[in-house]
Amino acid sequence: MSYFRKKIYATAGFNTVFLGTGRKEFHPKKPRPGIEHYIKEAGLGAIDQIQNPENIDEGVIGNFMASRFCNQGNLGGFFPMVHPTFQYKPCTRTEGACDSGGLALTTSIKTILADLADVVLCLGVEVQNSVKAIYGADFLAGAGWFSGERKDGHAYFFPDQFSQRAGACYKKFGKEKIRKGMAQWYVNAIENARKNPKAQEFHNRNSDLFGTGMTPPNTKAFCEHINVFDCSKVSDGASAIIFASEEGLKKIGVDKKDAIEVISYAQVQDNLTTPPPDKTKLSTCAVAARRAYERAEIKPKNLSLLDVHDCFTIAGLLAVEAAGFADYGEGADFVSDGNTKSEGIIPTNTTGGLIGYGHPTGATGVRQAVDVVHQLSDKAGNCQVKIHSDKPFGMLSSMGGNDKTVVNMIFRKN
Amino acid sequence: MTLDERLENVTIIGAAGKMGSGIAVLISQEMAKLKLLPENRDKIYRLTLIDISEKALDGLRSYMRTQLLKAAEKSTVLLREIYKDRKDLVENGEIINEFVNETYALLNFSTDFNLVKDASLVFEAIFENEEIKIKVLKQLKNLCKKDTLFLSNTSSIPISYLDENAGLEGRIIGYHFYNPPVIQKLVEVISAKKTTDELKEIAAEIGKRLRKKLVPSNDISGFIGNGHFSRDGLYALNKVEELKEKYDYHGAVYIMNRISQEFLVRPMGIFQLIDYVGLDIFQSLLRVMNTHLADTTLVSDFLNKMAANKILGGQFSSGAQKDGFLKYEKNRPTGVYNIEKEKYFMFDEDWKAKIDKVINPTNEKFIPWRALLMDAKKSDKLKTHFDNLKNMNTWGSELALDFLKETKKIAERLLVDGVADSADDINAVLMNGFFWIYGPINNYI
Repeated sequence: MSYFRKKIYATAGFNTVFLGTGRKEFHPKKPRPGIEHYIKEAGLGAIDQIQNPENIDEGVIGNFMASRFCNQGNLGGFFPMVHPTFQYKPCTRTEGACDSGGLALTTSIKTILADLADVVLCLGVEVQNSVKAIYGADFLAGAGWFSGERKDGHAYFFPDQFSQRAGACYKKFGKEKIRKGMAQWYVNAIENARKNPKAQEFHNRNSDLFGTGMTPPNTKAFCEHINVFDCSKVSDGASAIIFASEEGLKKIGVDKKDAIEVISYAQVQDNLTTPPPDKTKLSTCAVAARRAYERAEIKPKNLSLLDVHDCFTIAGLLAVEAAGFADYGEGADFVSDGNTKSEGIIPTNTTGGLIGYGHPTGATGVRQAVDVVHQLSDKAGNCQVKIHSDKPFGMLSSMGGNDKTVVNMIFRKN
Repeated sequence: MTLDERLENVTIIGAAGKMGSGIAVLISQEMAKLKLLPENRDKIYRLTLIDISEKALDGLRSYMRTQLLKAAEKSTVLLREIYKDRKDLVENGEIINEFVNETYALLNFSTDFNLVKDASLVFEAIFENEEIKIKVLKQLKNLCKKDTLFLSNTSSIPISYLDENAGLEGRIIGYHFYNPPVIQKLVEVISAKKTTDELKEIAAEIGKRLRKKLVPSNDISGFIGNGHFSRDGLYALNKVEELKEKYDYHGAVYIMNRISQEFLVRPMGIFQLIDYVGLDIFQSLLRVMNTHLADTTLVSDFLNKMAANKILGGQFSSGAQKDGFLKYEKNRPTGVYNIEKEKYFMFDEDWKAKIDKVINPTNEKFIPWRALLMDAKKSDKLKTHFDNLKNMNTWGSELALDFLKETKKIAERLLVDGVADSADDINAVLMNGFFWIYGPINNYI
């Protein structure tokens, strides 16, 4: 029996360029497009692919910290700016730290399942290059428990949280194997990003990626167990995708063959005020994956691709375990053996992931949905991987905070 | 007195200048870190910044704020540790602001020379003019306590000469920072004949705390850095006089600048470097060395003519280069001065192509300095580059190889003359103070 009470489709995905260090056109001191530009570009990018934008019923915008990065609240107010027919239609902003985009996906779907809309334009956006990284670290630390954790936390709060996870894994499973797995994750991320013209690392020409990935940490200026290449990028960007019921697809003039069905999702919330039960696991991500598989009535082996939240290389290794592709402690080996490469057993983060493509926090969950839908529709350009007929599924896992707020979503090729 | 005690009260003379202001940023942070230790909370720390004009001090105030902010942003990991007991300071932004404000509160900006009287350490960073330096040092001696120690940012005047003429009896040491002091790792340390052991130790300890690379130079005018730079520059200036018949002044300057930057893989061409330092400063450097070394070859008519025409180079307060031998837009040369015609010739593509045909007819693409800077295999790549240069057999490659030979000769002479104790010291100065990626004493030639 299907998990949803009616069929839900995703179509017309669009990602902007993710801008920040690494892109040739990026210069920290030159003026850049603002948050409204990204919302509009992504929104128009999506509705240009449908016949009747006036039949979009609602908007949802995922965003984490525009209130601090851009001094901007009330983001729903930018929805009618995207297209004149959106005037006076509802729009909701969702926030769940780096899973804000993931929550935008589920909120869009819930509205359709509640019969309150047939078509929802789902956006995600973040503009983060407005401040130096040391101040951005303050804003992003809002994904943790401010009054309970921030004072004793590191200057680079979130990198340190995951540095601690890396340290715990070194101790438990051996430093060399974990460290090499992390470096290989970095190599894969950049190699995939080089195939994606919109990726922040598209212009990367480094000839020794593994060597760079193995750079020893600079504990004085940064973290104890990770280097800067282990981290996702500071990015400006937006993504958009349209969700619709069968009726909705007709209303916007999209043929079912140009849409991808959403089979299931799991939205899981952990308590922000408690530390992770085990630093060597992404426990909440594992619950979300298990529930998503159960609801879709499939197993990991049925997936042709995976898109996980690699905010840090160590998170990538642990996410592969949480998604059921490697046993506990074996994520590093699984990655080092090439299984997550585009031609591997489970192509993972095929467009570069958060490390290669970039991580405009509020956009990322939506970006993942766009990329999974593109892959399942054979529209992924140079990043396209083989979608096996006996494995027509793709899954994304979007995480907010230190494994606190998670959305996993499974899609099926027609 | 220990260094910690001396750092309670420090004065910088000439604090608004390029060097003085950089030293002020470095020393103020060390003083603030001491002040923040729990045992020092009740002590008064004071860094007095003296210069001659209120306008210059206004510029210094804004420079200090900007630089202290940048420094705090870079050391936030450490600052969070320092402020770990301050419950009211939670975010990086709050901690950075607090540190900048606390450091700024140590500073006392003044044009009143008499405020130096309580200082235990004095950094002197005034213009390189020996009459003025001696006059100022004499005044300082009279105003300060008997045990005050003086660190002089002198770049060419022998320290013993200053010591004897100011009557400081060994309470002075040469402490030559490189521009800009906040960034450049090098400090040349020059002991005068009478410099006391206490001062030598204090100077070594300050260098360690500031994480500078200290290189000893003997007390001979110009020391290692300027002893080399002056003659390197002079070689290029004299070469221009040779080449001007054929290429005009502006062509010759352009050629020597290109050769020294691209063919010799240096961060900037020799004339851009003289512009960066300032033609007047370079002129006074030659004058000082000419006098103290009794070497009348240390002079350039060409340079003197340029300076007389008020073509002086130097930098704006933003750090951007002012026009000198070359004209600049956003720090990139866009034209070159012709002293006979008294005007700048703006580069145009046809003219550059004509010169290129002469110096680099095969259109070789040399690996730029920046690409090699962090390259682990740079010495192998440099060897390949210079071997390639030797095989080119063009007029340009010969000009470059002659320059490379001359540069080595100048360095070897510093050894023979006893300015430096070792080839390593000379190479360390050029690599750390001038950002060269190889030392002048090398096996490439």
